[in-house]
Amino acid sequence: MDNTNLQERLVQKFGEQIFGFEENFGILKLYADKNINLKIMQFLYDEEDLAFRFLTDLTAVHYPNQEGAELEVTYLMYNMYRNQHIRLNFGLDINQPDIFTATKLFETSNWLERECYDFYGVNFVGHPNLIRVMNVDEMDYHPLRKEFPLEDQTRRDKDDEMFGRGGDFSYGNMNIKG
Amino acid sequence: MGKVKSKKKGNINLPEGSLEKKTITLNLGPTHPATHGVFQNILEIDGEIIKSAVPTVGYIHRAFEKIAERRPLYQITPLTDRLNYCSAPLNNLGWHMTVEKFVGIEVPKRASYMRVIIMELARIADHIVCNSIMGVDTGAFTGFLYMMKYRELIYEIYEEICGSRLTTNIGRIGGFERDFTEAAWEKINKLVTEFPDVLTEFENLFVRNRIFMDRTQGVGGISAERALNYGFTGPNLRAAGVDYDVRIAKPYSRYDEFEFDIPVGTTGDCYDRFQVRGQEMWQSLSIIKQALAKIDALEGEEATLYHADAPDFYLPLKKDVYTKMEALIYHFKIIMGEVEMPVGEIYNSIEGANGELGYYLVSDGGRSPYRLHFRRPCFIYYQAYPELIVGGMISDAIITMSSLNLIAGELDA
Repeated sequence: MDNTNLQERLVQKFGEQIFGFEENFGILKLYADKNINLKIMQFLYDEEDLAFRFLTDLTAVHYPNQEGAELEVTYLMYNMYRNQHIRLNFGLDINQPDIFTATKLFETSNWLERECYDFYGVNFVGHPNLIRVMNVDEMDYHPLRKEFPLEDQTRRDKDDEMFGRGGDFSYGNMNIKG
Repeated sequence: MGKVKSKKKGNINLPEGSLEKKTITLNLGPTHPATHGVFQNILEIDGEIIKSAVPTVGYIHRAFEKIAERRPLYQITPLTDRLNYCSAPLNNLGWHMTVEKFVGIEVPKRASYMRVIIMELARIADHIVCNSIMGVDTGAFTGFLYMMKYRELIYEIYEEICGSRLTTNIGRIGGFERDFTEAAWEKINKLVTEFPDVLTEFENLFVRNRIFMDRTQGVGGISAERALNYGFTGPNLRAAGVDYDVRIAKPYSRYDEFEFDIPVGTTGDCYDRFQVRGQEMWQSLSIIKQALAKIDALEGEEATLYHADAPDFYLPLKKDVYTKMEALIYHFKIIMGEVEMPVGEIYNSIEGANGELGYYLVSDGGRSPYRLHFRRPCFIYYQAYPELIVGGMISDAIITMSSLNLIAGELDA
């Protein structure tokens, strides 16, 4: 089953709910409504001809300019027999970043989801132990969000415009509670 | 019936028959010498039997994914060194190959074969550490000393090639910074001729050793199904019987031209992991031999190339920078991080020494990645650690940890 068939198969099942298909270096990528993330993953897992039964990777990306879908959670599923990947993206509102957990399906996603929560504040509904995995528990912000600058702000040579993308991010305050 | 009896002991008031009364909480780590790195496990033990374990990670978290968002491409390589520092060249070259694939650089044959040699050397070095440390943890120090001599030789080879030993920053985007020196080739040949004897000797010490077998067989086992569900990759997955290897599944750096076997185990226990790593060292040696032969067989211009012709990304030779205008311009552009990437995203993975090492690069057309995520194999499979050790002894937990080949730097990114 190549990526075109895979796309057809998914469109047959989910219709309008999935969109934005593209192919990056052989990996089919699609966007879907965040409420059906488990349904899609379960479908990909269960169907004999699809059988994506390995979760390779799970992470999130922050796009501050996408109103209503600032956080993108991205799952990379893999079929070992056919050697085929599929990437599922779900856009979340940064004010209410809720998405269902995949821990029931893949043990892999346990810590990866905790990492996403730690770095981006994605709230995985139903996760058995959603606490920070890398940073201290007292931290009250999510450091990989784009509002946090990396370098000393007085240095012009490290501004975003020097890296080819205008420096108009709003810099927030970083606080760690005592 | 109906009434809960309780015994008062000091300040603790526990109902009769409660689990808490029987178990002791033990902090294994974070700086215990037997854990080989910064690993903390909060164990509940009943005598010597582990009842539950809660691993804590993040002690040496250095936010590489965040830092990478502000680094030009060539400055990300040193960050990857510090992930799996037991096999840093694999991380470096994996990153280079990801960028090359993303921007579309074709690396010449010879550079690919040279990379294969370095990557297999790194795999051997990593497996040497892991397997000999397993010996140390079961009480056999001898094997460790025999093998370390050859890890030292591998580090000397790195030194000949890139000037450093542990955090190598080896190669460049597009190939290698310079051709291998005569001394480097000599040392590679020395390793290929001398190492098999030592490896045989090492295996004689361990493979059919009654004490070692008793300590490792049936310890820390996992079924293939559970291993897949936990996202195991690399030797740990292969020990459970799944022949998944990125070198075969998605060949990179011309691995498809090489002949090698994928050793698999059956039970996924510590002994199988040890055996799989041992066999992989033999396969790596054979791959290095094949690569040496392939390099020898190259003719004409191909026999001297060690980097791709990609002026936007490959740092020019220093002597050209001083004498040629164009080289000076590209040198300046690359060093100042003024090279722009195309828009898009890529997931590229290589077979790291302990599993599938993936790079997820999202680019918005800037000069540094918009988002760079490392798929760190041991962060993913370390989750299974409680399941592997619960019900066993504390000493089994130690040997299971060393057999998993956990690297703290990779775990905590």
